[in-house]
Amino acid sequence: MTSATTAHSIVEPSATTRRFAGSLVVLYAIITMIPLVWIMLTAFKSPDDAISYPPKVMFKPSLEGFCNLFTTRSRQTPEFIRSLGPPQGLCDSIARDRNMVVAGPSNYVPRFINSLIIAFGSTVLAVALGTLSAYGFSRFRVPLKDDLLFFILSTRMMPPIAVAIPIYLMYRTIGLSDTRLGMILLYTSVNVSLAVWLLKGFIDEIPREYEEAAMVDGYTRFQAFVKVVLPQATTGIAATAIFCLIFAWNEYAFAVLLTSGNAQTAPPFIPIIIGEGGQDWPAVAAGTTLFLVPIVVFTVLLRRHLLRGITFGAVRK
Amino acid sequence: MVRPGAARRIRGLSDRTLAWLFITPTIVLLLAINIFPLLWTIYLSFTNYRANRANVPTIWLGADWYQSILTDPDIWAAMQVTAHFVIWTVVIETVLGFGLAYLIDKKFRGHGLWTTIILLPMMLSPAVVGNFWTFLYQPQIGLFNYVVAFFTGRDASSFQMLGDVTLSPWAIVIVDAWMWTPYVMLICLAGLRSIPDYIYEAAEVDRASKWRQFWSITLPMALPFIMLAVLFRGIENFKMFDMVNLLTGGGPGSTTEVASITLKRAAFESWRTGYSSAFAIILFVTVFGLANIYVKALNKVKSR
Repeated sequence: MTSATTAHSIVEPSATTRRFAGSLVVLYAIITMIPLVWIMLTAFKSPDDAISYPPKVMFKPSLEGFCNLFTTRSRQTPEFIRSLGPPQGLCDSIARDRNMVVAGPSNYVPRFINSLIIAFGSTVLAVALGTLSAYGFSRFRVPLKDDLLFFILSTRMMPPIAVAIPIYLMYRTIGLSDTRLGMILLYTSVNVSLAVWLLKGFIDEIPREYEEAAMVDGYTRFQAFVKVVLPQATTGIAATAIFCLIFAWNEYAFAVLLTSGNAQTAPPFIPIIIGEGGQDWPAVAAGTTLFLVPIVVFTVLLRRHLLRGITFGAVRK
Repeated sequence: MVRPGAARRIRGLSDRTLAWLFITPTIVLLLAINIFPLLWTIYLSFTNYRANRANVPTIWLGADWYQSILTDPDIWAAMQVTAHFVIWTVVIETVLGFGLAYLIDKKFRGHGLWTTIILLPMMLSPAVVGNFWTFLYQPQIGLFNYVVAFFTGRDASSFQMLGDVTLSPWAIVIVDAWMWTPYVMLICLAGLRSIPDYIYEAAEVDRASKWRQFWSITLPMALPFIMLAVLFRGIENFKMFDMVNLLTGGGPGSTTEVASITLKRAAFESWRTGYSSAFAIILFVTVFGLANIYVKALNKVKSR
């Protein structure tokens, strides 16, 4: 880090410039983080602390938000609650302080599971199809190659609502509406364009000589692809998979228009968690926080590939 | 891995057949879930079809919907709202994003960590983001109002970011800038890192001022990247739906009613399928056309 030990180029910014630039960036980062930190704090507040004014930074942590996220409750008379005997677990005991008992599980877990199934299902499919196509485009002479690649990219320019209408009608006709399979196919089709473009870039960088050598050794083209190219492309495939996963995990427009219950994912569900007397902010914050965890982990894992992924591989890093 | 029988069959395949085997599934999927619906939208846009009245016979209307949409002042108002959003968000995100990238490029201590932190908002779900900003914007309890009140001395409950006619468009612009500035920053950073050091060294030898270096080296060389970021953000924000739907739903009145919201109301609330299909096609053609013109300009800049 110190300029004494490294060769000092004349274009290196001075220490003062660096410190100044650094403090501005850190300031921006802190401002950026405030909303996120705030929602995570809110997840651990009691409903009263969450809506107090001025906003509370110090508070007694409570798990009520998480309980309200995972359960539904019903209001009962104090006599009835007393007649029930000891509370059934933590959430029941929190509910009883408010003259309620836990009535059953909420829909958050099924919605979360839908998110997992749909995100992973569509990712596996998009990456599989994308890898094959990317290899095809990278290695073979395909007629109208550039047109096909542009066509694949242009499918991303369509506003989701524009295609949502006929997809809704089409799914209704063939019985795919509000099903996980329908959503998996839809997200696969949205993701496959990204997968083809990204993976083509990664596969282009693997020297053709590797496969040619394998084929000289008696492998078929397909065996060379499976045994030589695929292992070389693992990092690229992993990065592409995480991008597809993040998109499918976060998608909202199609989910809110095309699913109503059965196949609904978490993003359209979290905003509509209502408690007594309006939005139950600690529960919403708890649902949001749990939903963010995988994405934060992926972002940290993905840092180095981020740029390629968000620009369709148009920019190399 | 490959069964002997299958292997023999595959061994017999020419590269040409294999190429098609590899590419066709993707093309078929895109045809089924993108192109077929698009063609269907085009067909529906010429009819009186309503998705909630499937047994009413469908009548061919010709270009009636197109005519009525293009002459409808409400639609033009929605397009204007959309244009305002696109322009303001893209301008703010580009200025902030480029500025941040320029600062990060100075390679201060710990820049890797802070860059990763700054990137977090763009990785989140717009639904989740819209939702928790709704909370931050609450007039009585929200952090945003508190902070503004703290610094300006106004009463925190005296202004409603989401309910006020003049403030609500800005409420959405703020959230969009918060979420997507990192995206522009990342692309600009790639642009700045692509400028080779020797150019600056030569400028330094010629005693060009820092200011001069910025205007004649940094900015022109990073321009194609900045333009790429503007293109991607422009297309995305033209389609903007999630954030508006969650934050204001188009209100108050129709001050934040962007084209996607109008479209969603026509298609999924009043179920005017034919009408909304025509509108969808108009939007698609607009974004596609604008994007193509822009890409031509981008290529000109790149080849300079």
